[in-house]
Amino acid sequence: MESFLNRYRNITVLLLVIFGQLLLLAVQVKSDRNVPVIRVWTVTAITPFARVLEAVRGGGTGFFRNYIFLHNADAENRRLRDQVGRLKMDNIFLRDQLNTAERARALALFQQHTQSKTLAAIVIASGAGVNSKVVFVDRGSVSGVERGMAVVTPDGIVGKVVAVYPTASQVLLMTDADFAAGVISQKGGVRGTFKGQGSPMGKVDYVSSSEKVETGEWFYTSGDDRIFPRGFPVGVVKSVRPGSPFQEVLVEPSGIEHGLDEVLIVVEGVHREIPPVETANQPVYIAPPPPDAAAVREAAAAEAGSTPTEADKLRAVYKAAGEAQGHRYGEGYKAPDLLKLPAPGSTPAPAAPVANATPASPSPAAPGAAPATPPAPKTVPNERLANQAAGAQSGTSGH
Amino acid sequence: MDYSGGRVLLSSQREGQSTHYSPRVLILVPLAAILFQVYVPQFFEFLHFLELPMLVVVYFALMRRSQLGGLFLGALVGIAQDSLTIKPLGMYGIVKTLVGYFAASVSVRFDVEHSIIRGMLCFFFYLFHQCLYWVMERALLGHQPPFEMQSWLVQGGLNAVVGLALFHFLDKLRSSA
Repeated sequence: MESFLNRYRNITVLLLVIFGQLLLLAVQVKSDRNVPVIRVWTVTAITPFARVLEAVRGGGTGFFRNYIFLHNADAENRRLRDQVGRLKMDNIFLRDQLNTAERARALALFQQHTQSKTLAAIVIASGAGVNSKVVFVDRGSVSGVERGMAVVTPDGIVGKVVAVYPTASQVLLMTDADFAAGVISQKGGVRGTFKGQGSPMGKVDYVSSSEKVETGEWFYTSGDDRIFPRGFPVGVVKSVRPGSPFQEVLVEPSGIEHGLDEVLIVVEGVHREIPPVETANQPVYIAPPPPDAAAVREAAAAEAGSTPTEADKLRAVYKAAGEAQGHRYGEGYKAPDLLKLPAPGSTPAPAAPVANATPASPSPAAPGAAPATPPAPKTVPNERLANQAAGAQSGTSGH
Repeated sequence: MDYSGGRVLLSSQREGQSTHYSPRVLILVPLAAILFQVYVPQFFEFLHFLELPMLVVVYFALMRRSQLGGLFLGALVGIAQDSLTIKPLGMYGIVKTLVGYFAASVSVRFDVEHSIIRGMLCFFFYLFHQCLYWVMERALLGHQPPFEMQSWLVQGGLNAVVGLALFHFLDKLRSSA
């Protein structure tokens, strides 16, 4: 028996170790519970080294940059001693500082302007697996981080906190196959579920084939998942393929596009509006509406009135005679004395007022309408009218 | 033992001698490998293909020629690696336990000082590691991970190249006793 055990000792131990781990695995999968003790031990053992490495890397990078900077500044100072080298050096220094702090400032600016309460964190390590899409940040339960909190950058969402340890937290990135978030499209308000694929591109599931999603359109968080507040950018649509019953919408995440150094953990999320689609503000020329038939006819009539016909001339003569006799056409029953007509050739052009009338009231034939510039009777060189006027004056004076 | 010998197979198990390492090396090297795995790829994403913890397990299992040592080292490194992922504990643990055990098993038959053997074993164990993990993820967790044999082949080759350099470096940490 003893020799049997000795002979198969290794394989027995192997089977026991495998069985033990299978049991551990089964307990976790069955009860959906974690084994926090082992994870806490490992993370607590690893994160101090990661912090030290990060500090060494940051310090080394800073020293190297400073050395290069000073070296360049010295050379530049020698070359430009007669000029305003110091000012230029200051300028370069400030630019360098600005570039170095650009991301941090953008993050701080975003943190100030966003209504959600956030906590800045630094990524100190990534997941240990080859296919793992998780990172560790340097904020844990001591800083108030809780499991399920959203992690964002000014460019968009990054992931969510899946495990919290005292001094660090584990963040599941949005590119992981286990990640999902409720999203809504910017233009059409199409709702769906963003899912990671384990690759740089994600996809939006459950978009019905009848709904319209365009390439280049943005997706934002919808807030439906109760993790990400509404209104944070998720990504831009790269391709849309028709399918039944759902379309295949591929989205390029925007939050992790420029790498991950510093992130914000949303401690208290505040929903915000989806920003409206930006449209071009250039002025647009709008042509005048086409003229209707009446306006065309009026314009034609006005055009025709500019060259009076014989009937117009005769009408003007009658009108002038009536006015000379104090008669108004259309009123009373007594007709004017048409025998006392002025000579047609001596009549001032009565059509002129018609021709000068504005197109808005081109109604020369309107009954009783007075011309704009009525002809003066005294100027009419008519012999009979002159005699009549003379007789009237003498008669009046004779009474 | 002749490091540059042309022989691949050992004529007897007695010919293969186990190599000794100080406990400090046995603790710090796997820890450094795990630390590398979690820290470096975030700055050099192209290094994400490297399975340094697996290479370390394979190295110590090969060189110590102890099946028990190999499987326990594999289990510890694997569970530590599991702790730093979101997957349940035991996935990498089981895979690396088997890798450590089998690596120690083949070490008694092959001349593990031979560079070609080392490269081939790194390549083979990387494929074994990835395939077994894929099977377990499907069978035990019910996930549907993609089967990426082509990329695994390429990554296996790259891991073999890195493994050769790593093994050469780790050879210098052997105890003189």
